[in-house]
Amino acid sequence: MSSPVSSLFASIRRTAIVALAVATSLATQHATAQDTPLFSGGAGFLTSTNGGKTTYLPIIEPLLAAPIGNHVLIEGRAALVETFAPNSGNQPGYNHTHFIGLTYLQGDYIASPHLTVVGGDFLIPFGTYNERLSPVWINNLQDGPLIAGIGLMSSASGLGGELRGSVISRSKYSIDYTAYFSARSGNEQFNSERSTGGRASLYLPDSRLEVGVSYGRLLQGTQENFIGTHVWWEPKDTAFRLRSEYARGQHAQGYWAEADYRTQAFGGLDSWVGRFEPIFRMQQTFRIDNLASDGVSSHNTQRVDFGLDYNLPHNTRILTSYARQFSSTGNRNIWETGIVYRFLFPAWKGK
Amino acid sequence: MPQSTSMRSLIPALLLSALTAPLLALQPQASTTTPPATPAKQSPKTSAHKQSDGERIFAQNCSRCHTAPDGFSPHISGTVVLHMRVRASLSQHDEQELLHFLNP
Repeated sequence: MSSPVSSLFASIRRTAIVALAVATSLATQHATAQDTPLFSGGAGFLTSTNGGKTTYLPIIEPLLAAPIGNHVLIEGRAALVETFAPNSGNQPGYNHTHFIGLTYLQGDYIASPHLTVVGGDFLIPFGTYNERLSPVWINNLQDGPLIAGIGLMSSASGLGGELRGSVISRSKYSIDYTAYFSARSGNEQFNSERSTGGRASLYLPDSRLEVGVSYGRLLQGTQENFIGTHVWWEPKDTAFRLRSEYARGQHAQGYWAEADYRTQAFGGLDSWVGRFEPIFRMQQTFRIDNLASDGVSSHNTQRVDFGLDYNLPHNTRILTSYARQFSSTGNRNIWETGIVYRFLFPAWKGK
Repeated sequence: MPQSTSMRSLIPALLLSALTAPLLALQPQASTTTPPATPAKQSPKTSAHKQSDGERIFAQNCSRCHTAPDGFSPHISGTVVLHMRVRASLSQHDEQELLHFLNP
């Protein structure tokens, strides 16, 4: 193992041990019958065949949530990934690389019925993918959207503070908000850019419709603005979901729309037929100029994904998909398969 | 670019078909508010009943993003709900109703 990797592992180990020790020792003193700290997350084995070359990706994403009293929650998520990819050129064999890192580690203080104060390393609240869909045990498709990098300031997490909560929640509608400020950090585990932004969403329960807007501003170097909007719709009394996002930065823009469906017509969602989940996603990116600061492809790209997942009992999912990607740099087929197990259990036996 | 152009011309058709095909297949069906399929330990009311606030809140805020876990220990139900309160920006009322749903 090379020394940078060793120091990375050591750094993560130190950070995780300190965070875990503090959270669990405090939580131990305050835990009640229902408030035992939990371990959750996903473990999976994924494969991706792109242009005829297959990459294997074992992954574990553990999540810890430890409440301290009724108003404080310490939570964090990490990713441990090993990538086995074919050697470049025409050389036979595979090489492998490790990645291990904290995705976020934050403390939440519920200050009032309408306000939660978050401090630490948090997921940037731009659009919906980063906060809601990125965990391996949630996402329907292995690959994130092509525009996932827009508004996430390179690191997808911020180091600083965040205010979030429910403005109002009624039976006919609800509005929630998030606003954050992040400082610049070069720490390998808490890397972030100086930025600010937020998101507001309106949800209409009767029509199961959510619309929201996001804004982000990079406050270092060449300052840039990012805007986005999302629409989610889940018709009542169906298991159909439509999710979509549009995002625009100063150098690129794009959108994605994803639909998935599970039928209840043959014995419900837990019948062998109801466990199938077909998915369709389409997306396009448009480069405005050649100054890439957003992780979006340097050429205009279109892509369609056709997925078919199977929701096995015991929190296990099989993911399969075929994608066709069109770009001036070349068109390609992407075949992906995987199996993901979601775990959720108490950190220790509760009182 | 020919491929790009032809792809763009396909896009409206693909989008339309993607959005309409599932809808054509949809028929109003009994209850979709999949209560968390929680066997044994944590077992919300699953029999035919009027949908509770907690069940509605679960369907609207939790299962919109992810499938309900197959089950979990009652010792962590409060932690699960607190975590969801932060993640889904639930109101205090919604948090309490959800906790009651998970721990009837």
